[in-house]
Amino acid sequence: MAEETHVDGNALGGMLLEAFGREMTDARGCCDGCGTVQQVAEMLVFRGPGDVMRCPSCASVVIVAVTIHERNRLHLSSLRWLEPAGR
Amino acid sequence: MTFISRGFSRREATDAPSDRIPPGQYATRGFPVLSAGPTPRIGLNDWRFELIGQVDKPRAWSWPEFTALPAEDLTVDIHCVTKWSKLDTSWRGVPVDALLEGVETSADHVMAHSYGGYTTNLPLEDLTGGKAWVAYQYDGEALEPEHGGPARLLVPHLYFWKSAKWLRAIELREADTPGFWEGYGYHNYGDPWREQRYSGD
Amino acid sequence: MARTAVLRRLTWAIAEVIDRIDETPRVQSLTFDVPDWPGHLPGQHIDVRLTAEDGYQAQRSYSIATPADGNRLTLTVERLEDGEVSTYLTGVLEIGDRIELRGPIGGYFVWEPSRGGPLGLIGGGSGVAPLMAMLRARVAAGSDAPVRMLCSWRTADDVIYADELAAIARDADGVSITHTLTRSAPDDWAGRRGRFDHAALSRLAWPAEVEPLTYVCGPTGFVEAVASVLVELGHDPRRVLTERFGPTGG
Repeated sequence: MAEETHVDGNALGGMLLEAFGREMTDARGCCDGCGTVQQVAEMLVFRGPGDVMRCPSCASVVIVAVTIHERNRLHLSSLRWLEPAGR
Repeated sequence: MTFISRGFSRREATDAPSDRIPPGQYATRGFPVLSAGPTPRIGLNDWRFELIGQVDKPRAWSWPEFTALPAEDLTVDIHCVTKWSKLDTSWRGVPVDALLEGVETSADHVMAHSYGGYTTNLPLEDLTGGKAWVAYQYDGEALEPEHGGPARLLVPHLYFWKSAKWLRAIELREADTPGFWEGYGYHNYGDPWREQRYSGD
Repeated sequence: MARTAVLRRLTWAIAEVIDRIDETPRVQSLTFDVPDWPGHLPGQHIDVRLTAEDGYQAQRSYSIATPADGNRLTLTVERLEDGEVSTYLTGVLEIGDRIELRGPIGGYFVWEPSRGGPLGLIGGGSGVAPLMAMLRARVAAGSDAPVRMLCSWRTADDVIYADELAAIARDADGVSITHTLTRSAPDDWAGRRGRFDHAALSRLAWPAEVEPLTYVCGPTGFVEAVASVLVELGHDPRRVLTERFGPTGG
């Protein structure tokens, strides 16, 4: 089986919790590329110099997380909306 | 102050000559695979490489045509912005100079386009003068998809994100536009010897 | 008690190593004491950060392998060849040393006894670690949620928690645990051989009709293959929860 270089949105849990101040892996997100809604944990994350979160349905780049000189930055590229879970 | 972890230090370039390891890098024996997206699977029957944009006329090669071009075997050091360097990597590829032979252009800039949508930008002069290849073999074997096969751009004097995998086209442009990582905060040029990792470095 | 929805700042805490167990030649379980730890839910993970004297930093995520227990938590770490953080944690860290970690993180890949069952836990290699937190929680809480746990390992030398899993399977009502070896098995191996493929999962996983909650964790290829088979077998995709550890398994 060919090695894939992706993981999933669970891997960005810490960075998202830090940025949003609350748990986000179970947040629902809407892809601006195709309109599909899924939980952040179910989006695919490709690990390059930065982490690229892509919609599993259409592969659009939803979020890009980079760390530049120890500062974490989140690009919300093709993310139409985010809806945190729970109360 | 940040807590210091007893006994932890960055990986050293222990047996690598320091004049071959750019600042902030360490030598690796492996060949890590990094990617911004899924690995495209391109059949050689469908593969095309194009030279497009600000050129007198666009050119395209099929796989048989491309691999019939005069190619070179080369051994180079490569440097990834994530801090690993790999010394003495062996490739076979077509020099970009050969691809540009006879091409008339007033463009100074290039955008490299990959299957799957990845892009990276470079000055045209960094692709000429024996500094760049389109490589289709690594270490004597056909270049594997996870490392950019069927063919990738190879520009060893810049950080390796500029060596676009799954190369589909080289577009000559009059204006410089940032490619994928350049648009997300990485340096527009990317010289490892000046440690140009991020925009503003 | 941890509440995944409460607004809070995620700060780095300093944790002390208080115990170490060699699970296999390459895998260790490290127990930490974390002052003022807010608790965590089974399935959650923490981020570990190492800092060298020159300021160089490396960071990795590890699943918590134990249910909440005051200030204590246990990580099960596989030493990866060329693994910068895993070789430090398994090779340099000693009892009494301290590391920085933050968490708990995770709200999707989480199970608590109140979620009930039937519970499916399907893990590959070090992916079994968060499932172990769930299983240990189920046992400690005296929950009667029936459990089918499926563990996939490469060789018999790779099996983690072997004795504890055998004891749980023997002593706890309603828990069945199946191990399979995918690369090679000793002659006296009593478990299964081969991958958890369509044929194996149709026999060993909960049938879709009982509407189980299933957690799948391990290398990306393993997780995607198992999850897609479960959906083919009729499982509701919203009740198949996945955590991919990447190609190397953690």
